[in-house]
Amino acid sequence: MTASHLIAVVTPYTVPTGLMDVLQVTVLVLVAAAATMVVVIRVPARQVIALSVYGILLAVLFLVFQAPDVTLSELTVGAVALPILLLLTLAKIRRREK
Amino acid sequence: MQFFPFVVVVWILAVGLYGIVTSRHLVHLIVCLIVVQSSTYVLLLGVGYKTGAVAPYFFDVPNHTPAVDPVVQALALTDVVVEAAVTALLLAIAIQAHKRFGTLDPQELVELKG
Amino acid sequence: MTPAGRRWIFVAAIAGLAAFYLWGLVGLPGFGNYPGPYGDIINRVAVAQTNATAAVSAVNFEYRGFDTVGEEFILFVAATGVAVVLRHMRDERERATGGEHGDEADEGRRVPATSGAIRMVALIMTGPTVVMGWWLVSHAQTDPSGGFQGGVVLATAFILIYLAGQFLAFERVSPVDVTDAVEAVGAGGFAAVGITAVAMGLPYLTNFLGLGTTPGAVSSSGTIALISFFVGLAVGAAFILIVSEMLDQALLLRQGSQ
Repeated sequence: MTASHLIAVVTPYTVPTGLMDVLQVTVLVLVAAAATMVVVIRVPARQVIALSVYGILLAVLFLVFQAPDVTLSELTVGAVALPILLLLTLAKIRRREK
Repeated sequence: MQFFPFVVVVWILAVGLYGIVTSRHLVHLIVCLIVVQSSTYVLLLGVGYKTGAVAPYFFDVPNHTPAVDPVVQALALTDVVVEAAVTALLLAIAIQAHKRFGTLDPQELVELKG
Repeated sequence: MTPAGRRWIFVAAIAGLAAFYLWGLVGLPGFGNYPGPYGDIINRVAVAQTNATAAVSAVNFEYRGFDTVGEEFILFVAATGVAVVLRHMRDERERATGGEHGDEADEGRRVPATSGAIRMVALIMTGPTVVMGWWLVSHAQTDPSGGFQGGVVLATAFILIYLAGQFLAFERVSPVDVTDAVEAVGAGGFAAVGITAVAMGLPYLTNFLGLGTTPGAVSSSGTIALISFFVGLAVGAAFILIVSEMLDQALLLRQGSQ
């Protein structure tokens, strides 16, 4: 367990600021477009897929904002756990309607 | 670039609120609520960002490298997981509403009384 | 008031709200010009004070641990609320309708069987997901990980068992009583770590365990690792509980006997 400091590698930050700006603006525009798409789709079953895509794009945005912890949370929750819960709810509702 | 992330935050909030107000299905409404919540995550992380800084993990960079703000990241991270559980509670209440009223249309649910 | 009229009123209102919101936000120092001071201070002292190289986990479980206790109890109450609402519904239905119960279960038989590819992939991925979940839970102080993310990944591993078509196995591996107990242990354990500090005469949630020698080792940083373990247990059990409540008992027991 104490070998972790032996394998630590110094990784210098080498992305130029202009390129980082372009990346952030691109991902922000994609996120805004994905949010619009999630709201505009009215059928809940299809909206779940859009929400999953939105979650993945948000995770990329958080990574580009230098927040890997929040990326992990958003990936597991927004792209996996929330669609599962929503699909289970829709299945329960549809069975009750029959 | 100075204020573009904040414009996106306001846009996501407005779009989500539009979805909530004009929704005809409770599950669609809950998904739009998720979108509104996510605008606050973007705002939190946008406030804490420092140009040219790395993530605040000093496992592989020297100890005094300029790093972004860890406090807002801590807030956003617990936020994401906890609001998923609250969304699950909302979905359970939606199932209960469907059972009692037979409909999931928010406009009709308002008119049914008892 | 027609729906279209309501829509136009809303658009006018949201334009006003967005204008105010944007006006407030442009008063901030701008994106990228973080003025500090708390972020900079914590980045400078976190590694030395807590021997944890992950400043975010140090903030979450040490500097702002009290906030995290509150958030964890929000999660606990939400999971309990889901359990209460859905169990009440299930008991009502089982009591009220004897014959109709059979119809519902018969309809369930028309659900198509899970495809072989999904079963194989889900079963293969279960083991690595559990390992990844435990890695995330136990490495809160070194890397971007922690109890919250690790707990959700652990819950996903159990859900993969259900997705592989083995609902009976899912029920056997995570029975509701055990999941309830594990979640209570997680939430209570977190509170107990804080109360132990009080019993020792220190303020609530002080880091009373030894800090370890190497910054960033798994055994360092005292109570941060312990709290992350309890949080992982509680979050994982909460999500498993929520998903297993949402799965209908009657339908899938009938289908699971194939």
